[in-house]
Amino acid sequence: MAHAYTPGLRVAEMTVLRKERRLPIKGEVIVSRGDHVSSDTIVARTHLPGNVQLVNVASKFGLPPEDLPSVMIKQAGDPIEKGKPIAVTKGFFGFFKGTVNSPCDGTLESISTITGQVILREPPMPIEVNAYVDGEVVEVFENEGVAIEVKGSFIQGIFGVGGERAGEIQVAVDSPDQKLEASLFDESMEGKVVIGGSHVDWSGLQEAMKIGISGIVVGGFDDPDLKKLLGKDLGVAITGSEDIVTTLILTEGFGAMAMAGGTFNLLKSREGKKASINGATQIRAGVMRPEIVIPMPDAELSAGDAASSSAGLDIGSSIRVIREPHFGSLGIVTELPNELWKMESESMVRVLKVKLADGSETVLPRANVEMIEG
Amino acid sequence: MSENGKIRVIVATDCGSTTTKAILIKLVDGEYRLVVRGEAPTTVEAPFEDVTRGVLNAVREVEELSGHVILDGETFIHPSDGGDKGVDLYLSTSSAGGGLQMMVAGVVKSMTAESAQRAALGAGAIVMDVLASNDGRLPHEQIERIRHLRPDMILLSGGIDGGTITHVVELGQVISAADPKPRLGTGYNLPVIFAGNVGARGEVSDLLADKTALSMVDNLRPVLERENLGPAREEIHELFMEHVMAQAPGYNKLMGWTDAPIMPTPGAVGSIMETIAEQRGIEVLGVDIGGATTDIFSVFKHIFNRTVSANLGMSYSVSNVLAEAGIDNVMRWVPFVLPELSVRNRIKNKMIRPTTVPQSLEDLKIEQAIAREALRLAFVQHKSFAVGLKGVQQERTISEAFSQSASGETLVNMMDLDILVGSGGVLSHAPRRQQAALMMIDAFLPEGITQLAVDSIFMMPQLGVLAAVHEKAATEVFEKDCLIHLGMLVSPVGTSQEGKPCLKIEATLPNGTVINDDIPFGELVVYPLGADKSIKAKLTPAKGFNLGRGAGKPIECTLTGGVVGLMVDTRGRPFELPTDEHKRVEKLEKWASALDAYPA
Repeated sequence: MAHAYTPGLRVAEMTVLRKERRLPIKGEVIVSRGDHVSSDTIVARTHLPGNVQLVNVASKFGLPPEDLPSVMIKQAGDPIEKGKPIAVTKGFFGFFKGTVNSPCDGTLESISTITGQVILREPPMPIEVNAYVDGEVVEVFENEGVAIEVKGSFIQGIFGVGGERAGEIQVAVDSPDQKLEASLFDESMEGKVVIGGSHVDWSGLQEAMKIGISGIVVGGFDDPDLKKLLGKDLGVAITGSEDIVTTLILTEGFGAMAMAGGTFNLLKSREGKKASINGATQIRAGVMRPEIVIPMPDAELSAGDAASSSAGLDIGSSIRVIREPHFGSLGIVTELPNELWKMESESMVRVLKVKLADGSETVLPRANVEMIEG
Repeated sequence: MSENGKIRVIVATDCGSTTTKAILIKLVDGEYRLVVRGEAPTTVEAPFEDVTRGVLNAVREVEELSGHVILDGETFIHPSDGGDKGVDLYLSTSSAGGGLQMMVAGVVKSMTAESAQRAALGAGAIVMDVLASNDGRLPHEQIERIRHLRPDMILLSGGIDGGTITHVVELGQVISAADPKPRLGTGYNLPVIFAGNVGARGEVSDLLADKTALSMVDNLRPVLERENLGPAREEIHELFMEHVMAQAPGYNKLMGWTDAPIMPTPGAVGSIMETIAEQRGIEVLGVDIGGATTDIFSVFKHIFNRTVSANLGMSYSVSNVLAEAGIDNVMRWVPFVLPELSVRNRIKNKMIRPTTVPQSLEDLKIEQAIAREALRLAFVQHKSFAVGLKGVQQERTISEAFSQSASGETLVNMMDLDILVGSGGVLSHAPRRQQAALMMIDAFLPEGITQLAVDSIFMMPQLGVLAAVHEKAATEVFEKDCLIHLGMLVSPVGTSQEGKPCLKIEATLPNGTVINDDIPFGELVVYPLGADKSIKAKLTPAKGFNLGRGAGKPIECTLTGGVVGLMVDTRGRPFELPTDEHKRVEKLEKWASALDAYPA
């Protein structure tokens, strides 16, 4: 039978990651294979073609489109300047000349005798891509970008907002179930990645943004606060391009939920180290989850560290419940019955039996648990 | 491919964005019947990046459940041996990788651009944006939009044949300046179909032939009074196969396996809806509510329309239902009092973990509340799109002139609707069929007398593609195994006060029970009347209520039953829920209990 289960979020103490850093269009790669780069090193740059502006010169002069070439003083390929003429009518005996000025700097791209339009292209816009993580350039994609390899710890969150940031890790709570209150933030945290426990509220996040904290990693957040942060209800989960000072990464979900012990302990053990974080989340075909990368270039990599656990759900697997009831509880799979079971909702689903951390046993839909992967 | 007469075993798959579904159909005693259905996760994404993995897994599940041997390793066994081995026909539909995403362009937004949109939607595409000369955007904004959206294909229309070419060439310039790149892969040019004024073909070709994979088809609006969408739709299907699907991981292999071209899933569902309407000569409304999108199909006055609400769905898009409907509209369907914070957080948690299922009854009721709003909003969009041709001069009678009927009115007339068909997980897999009936009634508010049905296990896509190849098999399976008749619904149009007279019903049930009931306003009543059973009835609406013949006019008719029964809804049209919280909850509980929708 086909197995249906939710692969868990990755929490790896030590692994090797490969990050591809590509330009949106072809350009110039400015680092070489073997170079050691830091998160803010520029690795590639290019220029995006400028915006296009269409000016209907023929209609401005009241001319038929086929007469357009006779009034154009700039031709296709010529550079143009904002406010300077691109077309002039002859007028009567040199008087009453009509002029059309360029609305932008750039290049005249084409002249159409069908529509009477002139197409102008604004100057190209520079685009730069940085390394995002501290690591080594292991591959160069000619004219496109590079692949950077980084050895270290890797943690996936479930949802985030805000883009790529880097900063030193500081743990602000004593335990994974403690809330990250506004009073726990202080000025010394500017530019850092602050680790909380179960929840951060709106006043806490505002305080963090005021201080200039690079990122917050916390168990949960409330949807009404997300609405305040974004200025609208988030419809489709595609995030990462928000213009906010502090990137927010949730490890568990919406509401107050203690951060998984493994995640919290790993982050605590890396306190003081530099982390690269990205809140970008896309829950669509081609799912993308937020991430925390903690480079550890000098650490030893033992056999088995590099590979992620990809085995299916089995008896003895560690799981986390990802829906009500028991949302957020951890447990161990004790039985995987083959037949469909009837839930309280009367839905007939494939289930598993699980022993929860508090010692109780329960039956859950397989779709409502995720594996805790290493 | 085998001839129709020799086809005994059919396998059809639908590669959805999350799940690949396979069905096995066999010829048994001269009749085609569904044997079994299997499913497996779709494997278009990493780490597999090969859609055929998911297809093979789903087909293997079918093999395990049926005992019929379909595969030899990774090869379909062709043809069948007349027993439990081999297949004669293998077909597939696909919406994996986000389906077919298109942009359309036309000169006037409400005329050629709207016709182009209808052609694209009818072919099964998601229309990401509609460009028009009069859409209020400056050319550079349109160019930026094309670049940003990166569609799979562009359909350019505009101008009637023999009309002016200036505006359509301007649109061509905008597309040319954007120099659009396809979403999947870089090794091919973006397909652009020109279906506009034939007089502009030369200029459009000069602008686009070098930069895009340009093809030309007949004008989709050759004269103002008539649409000609067929050629554009067919070209979309061709290019979908040739360019878009061929780029998606594993599709080249899958295309080699199938005995007919792979169809976009919604195109296949639309084709089966059109077939039902045509064969039975009825007005049809169908809905397919998925995880990411909700599609609505209608055939009114022989005109087929399809809309896709790209961000209304029950998993990936669940949070967008909340964003678009507003929290109050979602909460009004929840039959208990729950803090807003809790509902909001639950919906967001479903969004970030879209594959979870409601385990508790409370969770199920919340999901079904959201489904009502997703269906309602998708239907609002459909009604505003399924309209007569705009810009057409009509000869009017005096009465039409007085009623101010204009061109561009919605074709959707709920009083004329004969059958409402529901499909998609939340409707097809509702633990009780009564729940599906209730969701459809609340969201669509049928008027007069309407048959309600659901797709038993969501197999309309596969039957749609089968209908194009083997209509007999598709029709037989559709009638016997796909459609579950829920029963007829009688809903008088009008409003009154609770408890006041609304409808008198006189009939005799098959078991001999005589019905002679006065049903007051504000009730939902069910009479036991099984599937395939029908009764003669006299329905007399009270003064001010209409069942299709006019206010207060009685109707004598035949009513058929279904797995839910014969349903009577006197809650009024337009329908309004009580604003008082306790009264609202009390009413929702009462109506659900009348249908026996939930366990006590």
